[in-house]
Amino acid sequence: MNQRDIPRNRKLTAIDGAMSLIVLLLIIQMWLLSATLDSFLAGDRDSALAGALISGVLFLSCGCLYLFVVRLERTGA
Amino acid sequence: MKPNPLWREEFSVFEADERYVNRRQLTKFLTLTSLAMFAGNIWILLKAWLRAGIPYPMRAVARAGEIAVGGVKLFEYPGPEEQCILVRTSEESYVAYSQKCTHLSCAVYYSALDRRLECPCHRGYFSIEDGSVLQGPPSRPLARVVLERRGPELVAIRMEERPEGR
Repeated sequence: MNQRDIPRNRKLTAIDGAMSLIVLLLIIQMWLLSATLDSFLAGDRDSALAGALISGVLFLSCGCLYLFVVRLERTGA
Repeated sequence: MKPNPLWREEFSVFEADERYVNRRQLTKFLTLTSLAMFAGNIWILLKAWLRAGIPYPMRAVARAGEIAVGGVKLFEYPGPEEQCILVRTSEESYVAYSQKCTHLSCAVYYSALDRRLECPCHRGYFSIEDGSVLQGPPSRPLARVVLERRGPELVAIRMEERPEGR
């Protein structure tokens, strides 16, 4: 069974799952940004690099999930 | 078979496809929000790197005897936006710290009555002797300005940032 044969309701479930995961990643990223800003304002400059790297990984994960949603949609019902 | 043009994908006339479009657009919005937060982290990183590259100049900040015992003088060091506070603690003793509270960067002031530096935002108190935290949410001591007496002048040489610890 390839992607084209997946029934529409299962695709929607997969898309909903991907969206939930993105929301979860966004919450983590939001916390990370505020924590990094907090420690930067407190004079700790070392945490900025770690914060940016982890934020980049989270953004890439969100991007991959977005591409997954687009690809799933384009495969047809 | 010719693929659908973009406008047909974005404005589908089929109700079932509409669900896909809504979800895709929301996912796109969430991903762009993620990008914005990543950009925020990069901005913090650039600010941290740029600030780390500032060299410490030698600068006369006050003349000895210019301020009374228990008195203070504000000055900018090392950059024009880095406010510092100089305190004359006794006849022959001067100390200087960054005025930025290590909690959330509010400006600290000197309380001559309690002989400590106080942050009015969240009641963080710092020792006037070494800048260490006495009370409150800050977890790091104040950055200290190293002073040197050169004739009648007090000269700031560098900043001394210290790690966590009370």
